[in-house]
Amino acid sequence: MSMKHQTPLLDELEKGTFPSFVKEIKRAAEHSDYAQDLLGLLELSYKEKVTHWKHGGIVGVRGYGAGVIGRYSDIPDQFPGVAHFHTVRVNQPSGFFYTTKALREICEVWDKYGSGLTNMHGSTGDIILLGTKTENLEPIFAELSSKGWDLGGSGSAVRTPSCCLGAARCEWANIDAMSITNEITQHYQDEMHRPAFPYKFKFKVAGCAVDCIASIARADMSIIGTWRGDIRIDQGEVKNYAQGGMDIQKEIVDMCPTECISWDGSEFKIDNEDCSRCMHCIAKMTKALRPGTEKGATILLGSKAPIVTGALMSWVIVPFMKMEPPYTELFELVDKIWEWWDEYGKNRERIGELIERLSFTTFLKEVGLKPQPAMVKEPRRDPFFFWSEEDIEK
Amino acid sequence: MEKEELKKIIYQLVEKSTGKKKLKQSDILKKVAADQGIDKSEVKAALRELMDAGELIFTYFGGSFVEIPPKE
Repeated sequence: MSMKHQTPLLDELEKGTFPSFVKEIKRAAEHSDYAQDLLGLLELSYKEKVTHWKHGGIVGVRGYGAGVIGRYSDIPDQFPGVAHFHTVRVNQPSGFFYTTKALREICEVWDKYGSGLTNMHGSTGDIILLGTKTENLEPIFAELSSKGWDLGGSGSAVRTPSCCLGAARCEWANIDAMSITNEITQHYQDEMHRPAFPYKFKFKVAGCAVDCIASIARADMSIIGTWRGDIRIDQGEVKNYAQGGMDIQKEIVDMCPTECISWDGSEFKIDNEDCSRCMHCIAKMTKALRPGTEKGATILLGSKAPIVTGALMSWVIVPFMKMEPPYTELFELVDKIWEWWDEYGKNRERIGELIERLSFTTFLKEVGLKPQPAMVKEPRRDPFFFWSEEDIEK
Repeated sequence: MEKEELKKIIYQLVEKSTGKKKLKQSDILKKVAADQGIDKSEVKAALRELMDAGELIFTYFGGSFVEIPPKE
């Protein structure tokens, strides 16, 4: 099939060794009018250095307020194929596990009703289906639902919760991240599909403090697997690491953020009282070190990307919570947090921003949490410690 | 309170604010629950039925709102 539009600027992006999105759009354009006109519109945007997309307000499927992001071209007469180019968010399975059959199902629906272009996965985690017309939304939803899929979150709603692979493929997982994510998704279906909040709310679950999914920086609520008690040490395996060429002093002892490890060449010691459970030593010496046996999670709150105001990192709000089904303690805490946010949050104000505005002490009091030393805002800064002028003079 | 009556109250509230103020779901839940002396979950269930029937819709303009669908 010949190309409808000339794309000299986009063609430049096909050069080089890395896979190119232009190449993929061109492949889709062989059988899709959407993709043909998408190339034309994009080429024009590159030429004029302005976007030709408008954000759409009233678009979705009946009963839901989330899952579809409206997108329209501001020059539909020129590029009718992308006059409507809505995005459909599909709720991904925990840990992003799919059978090939499941992926084919999604692709067949999308070839039938959409542009054939997907984005696996969006920054929230959902399967992103790029580009369809308003009249196709209900049929897409009906077909996906009949095959057991559901839409994800968008707008001022709970966003599709996501997690790392957890215990399914990782030796460091301290909690069952996939089970927790699935339970949160099921429990908060209403909040995910019908936007009820001042702004978005993201859950991310990481099996351990290595935090491969960067939940600490990307989720309003991060649930990170940890343990209570002492790290288990196999001294024989530590010696094997040393004999195998690992510089334990340099790579482990000196890298410990709380300086709680010592190694004299024969015995490896950890002062567990001072350990911050960062997982560095365990991740470096998997055979020699293992977390304590009492597993649970640290709950953090408040991170966000810099959209309205600057970026925030999550704060610890519960240093240790047992994470066992049916996760009642977690849900009770979330409900209290939302109630406070709903009461005092301004429109488009994330929970972290509200805490910044009204103070962490107020938040703790309202939600019924006790201040604890682990709740540091950032390293070496304790939100409960206030210096008076007298102290500073001293 | 009868659900049909509650649905009518919610619809009227949205209708009354059309063109003046966009209402968020939480605005509706708070106001109707306080005015009628009922639990927010009751209001939420009634609102959901209005949404499922297409009598009210969610819109998004920098935030999510509940509105009456535009007439064709």
